[in-house]
Amino acid sequence: MEFAELIKTPRVDNVVLHRPFYPAVEGTLCLTGHHLILSSRQDNTEELWLLHSNIDAIDKRFVGSLGTIIIKCKDFRIIQLDIPGMEECLNIASSIEALSTLDSITLMYPFFYRPMFEVIEDGWHSFLPEQEFELYSSATSEWRLSYVNTEFAVCPSYPPIVTVPKSIDDEALRKVATFRHGGRFPVLSYYHKKNGMVIMRSGQPLTGTNGRRCKEDEKLINATLRAGKRGYIIDTRSLNVAQQARAKGGGFEQEAHYPQWRRIHKSIERYHTLQESLIKLVEACNDQTHNMDRWLSKLEASNWLTHIKEILTAACLAAQCIDREGASILIHGTEGTDSTLQVTSLAQIILEPRSRTIRGFEALIEREWLQAGHPFQQRCAQSAYCNTKQKWEAPVFLLFLDCVWQILRQFPCSFEFNENFLIMLFEHAYASQFGTFLGNNESERCKLKLQQKTMSLWSWVNQPGELSKFTNPLFEANNLVIWPSVAPQSLPLWEGIFLRWNRSSKYLDEAYEEMVNIIEYNKELQAKVNILRRQLAELETEDGMQESP
Amino acid sequence: LEHIHRVSPKKAALGTLYLTATHVIFVENSPDTRKETWILHSQISTIEKQATTATGCPLLIRCKNFQIIQLIIPQERDCHDVYISLIRLARPVKYEELYCFSFNPMLDKEEREQGWVLIDLSEEYKRMGLPNHYWQLSDVNRDYRVCDSYPTELYVPRSATAHIIVGSSKFRSRRRFPVLSYYYKDNHASICRSSQPLSGFSARCLEDEQMLQAIRKANPGSDFVYVVDTRPKLNAMANRAAGKGYENEDNYSNIKFQFIGIENIHVMRNSLQKMLEVCELKSPSMSDFLWGLENSGWLRHIKAIMDAGIFIAKAVSEEGVSVLVHCSDGWDRTAQVCSVASLLLDPHYRTLKGFMVLIEKDWISFGHKFNHRYGNLDGDPKEISPVIDQFIECVWQLMEQFPCAFEFNERFLIHIQHHIYSCQFGNFLCNSQKERRELKIQERTYSLWAHLWKNRADYLNPLFRADHSQTQGTLHLPTAPCNFMYKFWSGMYNRFEKGMQPRQSVTDYLMAVKEETQQLEEELEALEERLEKIQKVQLNCTKVKSKQSEPSKHSGFSTSDNSIANTPQDYSGNMKSFPSRSPSQGDEDSALILTQDNLKSSDPDLSANSDQESGVEDLSCRSPSGGEHAPSEDSGKDRDSDEAVFLTA
Repeated sequence: MEFAELIKTPRVDNVVLHRPFYPAVEGTLCLTGHHLILSSRQDNTEELWLLHSNIDAIDKRFVGSLGTIIIKCKDFRIIQLDIPGMEECLNIASSIEALSTLDSITLMYPFFYRPMFEVIEDGWHSFLPEQEFELYSSATSEWRLSYVNTEFAVCPSYPPIVTVPKSIDDEALRKVATFRHGGRFPVLSYYHKKNGMVIMRSGQPLTGTNGRRCKEDEKLINATLRAGKRGYIIDTRSLNVAQQARAKGGGFEQEAHYPQWRRIHKSIERYHTLQESLIKLVEACNDQTHNMDRWLSKLEASNWLTHIKEILTAACLAAQCIDREGASILIHGTEGTDSTLQVTSLAQIILEPRSRTIRGFEALIEREWLQAGHPFQQRCAQSAYCNTKQKWEAPVFLLFLDCVWQILRQFPCSFEFNENFLIMLFEHAYASQFGTFLGNNESERCKLKLQQKTMSLWSWVNQPGELSKFTNPLFEANNLVIWPSVAPQSLPLWEGIFLRWNRSSKYLDEAYEEMVNIIEYNKELQAKVNILRRQLAELETEDGMQESP
Repeated sequence: LEHIHRVSPKKAALGTLYLTATHVIFVENSPDTRKETWILHSQISTIEKQATTATGCPLLIRCKNFQIIQLIIPQERDCHDVYISLIRLARPVKYEELYCFSFNPMLDKEEREQGWVLIDLSEEYKRMGLPNHYWQLSDVNRDYRVCDSYPTELYVPRSATAHIIVGSSKFRSRRRFPVLSYYYKDNHASICRSSQPLSGFSARCLEDEQMLQAIRKANPGSDFVYVVDTRPKLNAMANRAAGKGYENEDNYSNIKFQFIGIENIHVMRNSLQKMLEVCELKSPSMSDFLWGLENSGWLRHIKAIMDAGIFIAKAVSEEGVSVLVHCSDGWDRTAQVCSVASLLLDPHYRTLKGFMVLIEKDWISFGHKFNHRYGNLDGDPKEISPVIDQFIECVWQLMEQFPCAFEFNERFLIHIQHHIYSCQFGNFLCNSQKERRELKIQERTYSLWAHLWKNRADYLNPLFRADHSQTQGTLHLPTAPCNFMYKFWSGMYNRFEKGMQPRQSVTDYLMAVKEETQQLEEELEALEERLEKIQKVQLNCTKVKSKQSEPSKHSGFSTSDNSIANTPQDYSGNMKSFPSRSPSQGDEDSALILTQDNLKSSDPDLSANSDQESGVEDLSCRSPSGGEHAPSEDSGKDRDSDEAVFLTA
C-alpha cells in the first residue's frame, strides 16, 4: 500500500496534545493512511481522530529535543502536539504534510471508508432530477427535461439532465451552448408556483468585443416570458467588470438584442478576493490581543461581512423580482458556477418554504451546487490557513452557508434545520469520509464512480438518529416568503463557525438544551393529555351505551 | 393642532399632529388604521429644523430612547410654532412639570403606597446577612447631616466610630465617605464605595486611613484591601492639582491600589453620540458601520466597565479580599462598576426583583444624579451622559453570554431604559434621596417597580430556571481576552427599526410554549381526576352521567400567523445602475421615520406593534390555544408604500 511509504514513523509515545478549552492530554500518537490519532489510554480522556484531509497547514518548531507541531485545520481549529525527539517530530510533520496533500482523489478517505451504519436510504438516489422536476411539472407544462448533455458533451460542468423551455429543442440548446461560457446554456433553476415566474441561470454570453449575438439564445430566454412581460437579467458582476470581460471573449446581453430584458449589475467578489477575506477574518478571530478597537477594524478590514451583505442583497433583489414584480429572471456572472449559484440558491431560501426544510435544503444543495457544477474540489482544496497562493480556492460555499445562517438568525422559527446542520455541511465540504463533495462536477463524479465506490453524505445524515441533532426545535412551517434585513446592524459575525474554537460554548449549549427541554416537555404533556382525553371519551361513550339500552 | 405630513424613507404618512401637555401625538389620516404615534416630551433629546423644501418644512426629532421622527409641516410658520413649543415642552424647568406628576394609572392611594414598598433596601441588607458581627447600620447620616447625596441608611464597619466617619467624610469629595455597597456572605469580603480622597500632593487624614483599616478588619480572612480607582491614571493625577486625587499606598497600611481606566462622562457622551450617528446613517455600507462603531469607541468603553466589574468580582469571590471602589465623586463609574460586580457575584441580582433592588441600591439610593445625567429638567448639557445606559448594556452583554442566568429578558432592560428618561414614574427623579424626600415623590407619583412587577410575565426569560447550574453562584467570564464577546446591541440602539431586528422572537415563542405547558399540566390533572372518578363510578356500577368533555383545543402553535408577513426592504440601495428606480425614490432617502404604536399607556414597547413592516415578528406572539392558520398567502396583499420602490417602470 502506497501510504506506508509516506508514513515514516507510524507511532510515537508520550505526545502531549493541546487544544483550546481542554486540558492537555498525553498519549500515543498514531498515523494511519487517512487519520491522525491520539489515544491516551486513560479511560475517560478523549481521543483525537483527525482526517489528514482536514489539515490545512502545519508549523513546526523545536525547543531542544522537544518538537512542537501546530496543526491548522480547514475547520479553523488549531491544535498543538508536543513530540519528544527531533527525528520523530520531523518524520511526523513530513508524513502529515504528504498525507494531507495527496494529489490523487482516488486515494482520499471516502474511497476507503466503510460505513458502520446500516444504509436505509441511499443518498446517491435521494434527489434525482426527475423527481425534482415532478414537483413543479404539475403546475406548468412549459418546461421539459432535456437529455442533451447525457455524455457531458454539450456542457462538461452540467449534469446529464437539465430543465429547459419546452419550445426549445436539443439542437437549439447545442447552439446556445456555444454562445455561453463553458457551454452553460440557460437552464431552469427555480419555478415560483405562486405566479409561474422562474429563475434561470447560465454562463456569460460570449459576445466578445464585436457584439456577437445568437438568435437561439435570444429565443431560448424569451421563451420563458409571458406575452407582453419583461424579465430581468441579474449579472453578478459590476458593469465595469462585465465590460472588461468582452475583451476576453465574454460579455453581457446587449439591450438591442434582448429588448424584453432589463439588465441589473450587482457586484459580488470572486476567487482570491474571497479567499483573502477568509484568511484575514480567521486571523482576526484568532488574534488574542486586548484591544477592542483592533478587533473591530480587523473585522472590517477582512471585508467578510461586506461580501455577506452583497450576496444577500443580490439574492433579495432576485427574489423581489420574482415575487413582487412578477418578472422572471436570468442570473449569471462569468462562469455561472459561483456567485450565480449563491444568488439562485439564496433566492430560493427566501421564496420557497420547502428549501427551509432539511430535505428541501439537501435537495437545494444537490441541485444548485453539486449538479449545477460548483467546483467543490477546487474551491475547498484549502481553507483559511493556506499560504500557497493558488488560484482556485475560494470560500464560495461557506459564504452561502453564512448567508443562510444570517436568514436563519432573523427567522429562527422558519427553518427545520439548525445551525449545526450548516456547520456540518461546511465541515464535509472541506474534509469528509463521504464522496458527496468530491470532484468539481457531475462529469468528474461519474468518472470517479463515486456512486459505486463511496458513500453519500445524505445516506448518513438522513438517519433518524443523526437528523435529530440537526433539527431546529423551534421550527414551525412558515409558508411565507421571508424577507431578511440586509442592514449592517442585522448582519453579525457567525460566531458558531468563526469563534467556535476561540470561545467556550458551554453556556450557549446549555441554553440550547434548555430550549429543547421546554419544547420536549410540552410535547410530552400534549401526548399525555391526548391519551387521557381519548380514554375519557371512550369511557363516557361506554357509559352512555350502558345507559341507553 | 395642525395638519402635517410625516415622511419616512419607506413610509410617508399624512396625518395630524397634536401637542398636549405631555405628549406629541401624530395620528395618521389613513382611515383604516388611524395609527397613532405618541412621544413623551421628556423623551425628546433634540429638535432640529431643517431647510425648507418644496413639500414643506422638515422637523427632525431625536428621542432619548433612540427613536427618530421626521415631521414635514406644510407651513413654515406652523413649523416654527411647533418647534418653539416643543423646545419649551422638552425642557421643563420645574419638577412639577414632569409627566409623573400628572400620570395617573388609576390606582388608589393604598396601591400606590404598596408600590413604593415593593423594593425595600432594609430587606436587601438583611438578605446580605447584615447587620452582623462586622457591619452595622449607622445613623450618622440622619437628616443628611454628613453627606447630602448619600441615603440615611448606611452600613459601615463596626469599628468605624462616628468620629472616624465624620473625619473621613471631610477628606472625601462631597463628603462621600467609604460605605458598604455589597457584602459577600460566603467569605466576609465586601465591596465598599466612596469618592476620591482630597489628598492633593501630600495631604493625609488619619480618620480616613482608620476608615480603610476598619474595612479591612471587617474581613478577617484577608490582610489587605484593594482600592480601585476606576479612572484613567492621568485623570486621577490631574485631580491632585485641584487638591483631590487618590490614595497614597505609603500612607494607608495594607492596601493595594489599582487604576482601571474608565473614561469620564464627557468622553462617554461623545462616544454615544458618535455611535448614534452611525445608527442613523442611511443605507450604510458594512464598512461605514464597522468603522463608525469602532471610531465611536463605545464597545471599548463597555469592555472597560466590564473588566473593572470582573476584577472586583474575582477579588471578592476568589481572593476573598474586600474592595473599595471610587472614581471622582463616586456616583457614576463607581455605580457602574459596583453594580456590575454585584451582578456577577450574586444570582439574586439576576432575578427580576433583585435587579430592581440593585438599581435602587447602587444607583438611586447612592445619589446617582439622574436629573443631571438624563436631562429631565433643563440644565447643563455637559452634565448629560449615558452612564446607566452603559450599565444596562453591560447586563445585556452578559445575558448574551449566559442565556440561562437571568430571570428577565431583553425587553425588561429596554423598558427600564425607556422609563429612566420618560419621567412617567417617580423613581428616577432628582439627584439624591434627600431631594426626592423633599419633593414627596412617594406621595405624589407612582413607582415603576410596581408597574414592572405587575406585568412581570412580559419580562421573563423562558430559559431561566432557578435550579439551573448557570443561575447559581458567581458568573465566571473567560480569563482570555475576548474582544469579540462584546457586540453591538441593535435591539436597543436600532430598536425602532423593526425591520432590522430578527422577525421571529425565540423568547416570545418559548414563553408561549411554557404558558401552554402550564395549561396542559392543569388539564392533565383535571383529566386524571375525572378519569379516576368515572372509573370509581363504573366500578360501583352506578350510572352517573359525566359531563361532556370540555372542548379545549390544543392545536399546536403558530409562530407564523400567516396573515401577515414582512415585506421586502430596499435591496436596490442607492445603486445608480438600477434601471428603474422611480423618481419618487429621491425624497425617500431624505427622511427617516420610525414609528411606535402603543405608547399611550406606560409601555414603551411596541412588541404588540402591528406595523406591517414588522413582519412575522408579531406573529410570534402566539396564542397558546390558537390554531387559526390563515391561508398561506404571503404578504403580497399589503402592498404598502413601505415596499421598496422597485422596478416600477
